[in-house]
Amino acid sequence: MALLEVKDLKTYFSTGDGMVRAVDGVSFSVDKGQTLGIVGESGSGKSVTCLTIMGLNAKRYTITSGQALFNGEDLLAASQSRLREIRGNDIAMIFQDPMTSLNPVHSVGKQLVEAVQLHSEVSKTQARARALELLKEVGIPRADRRIDDYPHQFSGGMRQRVMIAMALINNPELLIADEPTTALDVTTQAQILTLIENLQREYNSAVIMITHDLGVVAEIADDVVVMYAAQVAEKGSVDEIFHRPRHPYTWGLMGSLPRLNADVDRLVQIQGQPPSLLRPPSGCRFHPRCPYVMDVCRTVNPDLAPAGDDVDHLQACHLDEATKEREAARLLGAVAGAS
Amino acid sequence: MTTDNQVAVEPEQTLQGDELLVVDGLKKYFPITSGIIFQKQVAAVQAVDGVSFSLREGETLGVVGESGCGKSTMARCVMKLLEPSGGRIVYRGRDITHLSRAQMRPYRREMMMIFQDPYASLNPRKRVGFIVAEALEVHKMGTPAEIKRRVQELLEVVGLNPEHYNRFPHEFSGGQRQRIGIARALAVNPKLIVCDEPVSALDVSVQAQILNLLKDLQRDFNLTYVFIAHDLNVVRHISDRVLVMYLGQIVESATRAELYGNPKHPYTGALLSAVPIPDPDVGRERKRIVLEGDVPSPINPPAACRFHTRCPRFVEGVCDVDPPELVPRDGAPPSHTARCHYPLERWPLTEVEMRRSAPVTA
Repeated sequence: MALLEVKDLKTYFSTGDGMVRAVDGVSFSVDKGQTLGIVGESGSGKSVTCLTIMGLNAKRYTITSGQALFNGEDLLAASQSRLREIRGNDIAMIFQDPMTSLNPVHSVGKQLVEAVQLHSEVSKTQARARALELLKEVGIPRADRRIDDYPHQFSGGMRQRVMIAMALINNPELLIADEPTTALDVTTQAQILTLIENLQREYNSAVIMITHDLGVVAEIADDVVVMYAAQVAEKGSVDEIFHRPRHPYTWGLMGSLPRLNADVDRLVQIQGQPPSLLRPPSGCRFHPRCPYVMDVCRTVNPDLAPAGDDVDHLQACHLDEATKEREAARLLGAVAGAS
Repeated sequence: MTTDNQVAVEPEQTLQGDELLVVDGLKKYFPITSGIIFQKQVAAVQAVDGVSFSLREGETLGVVGESGCGKSTMARCVMKLLEPSGGRIVYRGRDITHLSRAQMRPYRREMMMIFQDPYASLNPRKRVGFIVAEALEVHKMGTPAEIKRRVQELLEVVGLNPEHYNRFPHEFSGGQRQRIGIARALAVNPKLIVCDEPVSALDVSVQAQILNLLKDLQRDFNLTYVFIAHDLNVVRHISDRVLVMYLGQIVESATRAELYGNPKHPYTGALLSAVPIPDPDVGRERKRIVLEGDVPSPINPPAACRFHTRCPRFVEGVCDVDPPELVPRDGAPPSHTARCHYPLERWPLTEVEMRRSAPVTA
């Protein structure tokens, strides 16, 4: 059984302008020790998916359906008090912006001690010792002196480390990282990714990595979910997605990336803007931007179906297999041939 | 215009003749003061400390570095949005370092800037037409009817609907706003555009649109770019030459092919190895060279080589005593300079080779 299995998850927000379908029928699963990468543009529903799993959306004006089975227990049906037990113990989350996710008026040590004491019956001294141990583990230099500093005295990379330390207090089985490196420089990003990988190896945790950076996904993910306009466009193993991409949106994402290991004169661009989730396009949601659009795309939203013979590689596109094979080969050839 | 305030450029800089911009030993220190009434300067943030480069017409110069390395401050000094503390800026053979605001005005038409944050760099209370037309009006370039026609033409050039002339910035998405910023920069037919992280805030698909647009505009209008970014992939895509900055100094300067194919400075090597590559086969094979710690404070930068506190090749008694010069290293061509005593022998290097204690110099 998978550690986390999300089935047909839907999250709608009711607003003054109408219903925003932020997540519209998303399914995926993560196993122990595995890393799942969720990629997509801003507004594609990646973060809302994870907030819904964690039960962190405001109850008011939010309509949720589907299932999120964590060790067989449906998180969407769990009570608030049960969720509070799970959050921080079994599932932990790292947020994108390390500047705003720490409380600026309390010292880093105090915030860590609070988190330790919330989840275990320990004395303040013991909690402080554990906090110090965690700060050392995530590589804060001179942790014994920095523990009483305030967040503003830490750099962005160090604040993100503190967030990771806080997430790791109880060695969670599942770590959800929402764009953990987006606000950071490449050198700091490399430090944080290495840290997450090492910790995952040590505790055999599962990781869900939300990102818009295909490079990060290629390096650390085992499986990939590509989201577009609140739905899954394609999902499969990292090798399948990068070597046999089967959805025009995935092709667009890959072609639009400038790469260190390839020279192209012009980037492939996806025309237009991501659609509004208030009034998503009819049929396939990608059809207004898709260069391969056919009549059927405008009316029928394609189901997620296996791509060819691989049952784990799913994609939602009406194009026939031969065309996809040809176009994917052409794109990858252009990238490889230019290097 | 009199010749009195036109400071002659030294002969070696005019020799090549086609240089649009020459920056020589540029410095910008921000004072740190203490005291309330009797303020005295106690220290200085050495944001930019002796940066020199030159730029030819039609060229794109990429500038990379971590946050806080002084790349934006450098750009603002070049644009004279900040008064430099030292050094010279020579634009088309004229020293513009100490020109007053009024004296700068004719040059402002030729040097424009595109900013990072498309949400913060457009006035939310002005219509798009006004934002784009403002520079034209300041420089009195045409009658109101002509200006309006020009603005609509510009909106079309950057891929926006000319009928959106009367809309407000909030009605546009991030990518479209960045296009408005580009139209504004293009309005007065500039020669030089300084782009300060123009695509950092955008999604990859939109980022590709903007990068393609910038390349097309460069071809069509013979523009010269200074392109600042922290994304090495983006800089590689758009630049002809690249500067790598660390703590206010240039640590390596080379053509694009040289810098990415044969980096000499360990910092450049570490940056390159840290960039995730969107190919699972390459990505898994490769080892990231992880630098220890954070960038030191520019108030009190490390002595001699500023990178020595984090450098895997640090040699005690050399790197922390003798400041390295920015010169060609190890058989690199004259255009490829690096500020390091123990440059990388080849590329790529493994982490162990990177750490290997450097050979003793004669």
